[in-house]
Amino acid sequence: MSLTILPKPAFQEFVSRMLADYRVAGPTPKNGAYVFEEIHDASELRMDYPTTLLPPKKFLLPTREVLFKYTRQNGGVLQDPPESPPTVILGVHTCDLHAIQLLDTVFSSGQYDLHYMNRRKKTLIISIECLNPCDEHSFCKSMGTLTADEGYDLHLTDLGDRYAVDIGTQAGEQLLAKYANARAADKEDIQQLNAVISAKWPKFPYRLDFDVSELPSILELSMKSPLWQELGDRCLACAACTNVCPTCFCFDVKDEVELNLVDGQRVRQWDSCQLDEFATVAGGHNFRASRALRQRHRFMRKGKYILDAHKHLGCVGCGRCARACIVDITPVGVFNELYRQQEAGS
Amino acid sequence: MVAIASYPQTQVIPNFERDIYLPYLAKIVDIRPMTALEKVFTIELPNGMSLGHRPGQFMEVSVFGVGEAPISISSSPSRSNGTFELCVRKVGDVTTALHNLKPGDKVGLRGPFGRGFPYENFRGKDILFVPGGLGLAPLRSLINQVLDERAHYGRVIILYGARNPGELLFKDELKAWGEREDVELHVTVDRGDETWTGNVGVVTTLFKHISIYPRNTVGITCGPPVMYRFVLMEFFGKGISEGNIYLSLERRMKCGVGKCGHCQINNIYACQSGPVFSYREIKGLEEAL
Repeated sequence: MSLTILPKPAFQEFVSRMLADYRVAGPTPKNGAYVFEEIHDASELRMDYPTTLLPPKKFLLPTREVLFKYTRQNGGVLQDPPESPPTVILGVHTCDLHAIQLLDTVFSSGQYDLHYMNRRKKTLIISIECLNPCDEHSFCKSMGTLTADEGYDLHLTDLGDRYAVDIGTQAGEQLLAKYANARAADKEDIQQLNAVISAKWPKFPYRLDFDVSELPSILELSMKSPLWQELGDRCLACAACTNVCPTCFCFDVKDEVELNLVDGQRVRQWDSCQLDEFATVAGGHNFRASRALRQRHRFMRKGKYILDAHKHLGCVGCGRCARACIVDITPVGVFNELYRQQEAGS
Repeated sequence: MVAIASYPQTQVIPNFERDIYLPYLAKIVDIRPMTALEKVFTIELPNGMSLGHRPGQFMEVSVFGVGEAPISISSSPSRSNGTFELCVRKVGDVTTALHNLKPGDKVGLRGPFGRGFPYENFRGKDILFVPGGLGLAPLRSLINQVLDERAHYGRVIILYGARNPGELLFKDELKAWGEREDVELHVTVDRGDETWTGNVGVVTTLFKHISIYPRNTVGITCGPPVMYRFVLMEFFGKGISEGNIYLSLERRMKCGVGKCGHCQINNIYACQSGPVFSYREIKGLEEAL
């Protein structure tokens, strides 16, 4: 919408002021890595972080959440209206921004998911432009997620001593007006912003050997590729890949009982298609019994099924699954190998 | 990949107020033991509500403190007057807890979910039902619907197989169907016992007893996963076309609303696009059968 400037001291102030009214989460250092964590002081933030262990998804779709509480007395269900504090997530990279747009589509289309959407509606997102690649695993440029035109309330670009702030929504504009002392961008700011943006693109390599628009058709023709068995032979079915994924949204639902054995709650928690029992039915039959089939399912979802259903790719190129995999199964490796097999076959 | 036909299905109307995961309470009014493992539960809906289901749809049934499980509706819309029936095999935590309930106890319900049988499209045709084992539970909903509007359909042929005589479900109804002039019923068991005088062998061995007019016949099957391929071969052997074969597929639908991922068959959520599919819709789908 429009461009404003926030000098870095003013940004610190902006964050401090928001802390009074919002739960504020952002990238912070932890054990030699970075995580999205609720902060209580602006100085905890590391806005120039490379990547985080888990994506900011956990603030919208928590690893575990109560759907409702019940009491077995009279068989009653007590609705627990999903309440979450108004939240600002700071420092979201554009790959994760694309992932959140997918999650928004998944949980708002078809059957409307109140639990996710109530949290989402109370969440403001302040994203930040990536100016340097985080490491050798990310492939955002290939996936088209190295920048974003929408999905944020405010979007920051680091200009050294100040941030250029792009206002994405009215809510973002109001947040800025209420909590920050921003000034309008002048000609020099815009020139520097343009210089920073054009300097960044060449720093990011293309890692896919083909254009991402080919990915769904490459996968569609790869159902019987021998690669799936190779991956299955290596995969340990640990589900680390899906646990760190910003777009994975599958979940399990279970009941928990209080010690009084009368009251309890129904809980949903993250689940993984990589786990053995994921597609098992009551009689014990498992429709994806082998790790090869489960790996295939995962990559098909990332590059095709989710796109078919929700018009967004299920992979945003963040590289987290590649970093997490201890047997070195990577989306770049898989997609490029499938492409190579098809080129060799045709 | 596969276009799912637009035959009648429940329309999803987004509701921004209602929590899709919150069950409502309903009372069990009758429990009929059926076999050592199966019981039929009659459930009364609150406030004289009607379920408004289609044969082939399923419910998410809660026993609070244990969990929730998808269970197919066993009664036909034609006989669901404020109540409906579930035929439940005691096989997991939730179903075991259900078996321990008594009339008057309450369960949590969500649903009905999924796409049922497009039975209006079967009118004027002969219908060949091939339920195996507990597969009779969902097909009974359709069979009774068809029998309650019998004049609309051609021949009604039922080939039913169970593992042994003790596992035959709905024996009273089987008897009644067998006595009807307008139903051709053939029953078999994998292994007989000293009292059993009927057919012995898997359900596909019954196909030799019937002759059909393939161009005017709809073949419908539901049963344990291992059964589908063999029944399909018999359907094809009889000349039934792919578009006239319907299967109800079992999956563990945890949410029922196309989110949780457990019932996914390639790119299709069985809880939304199924569990009933025509063979034409799923024949290219890996992992479907």
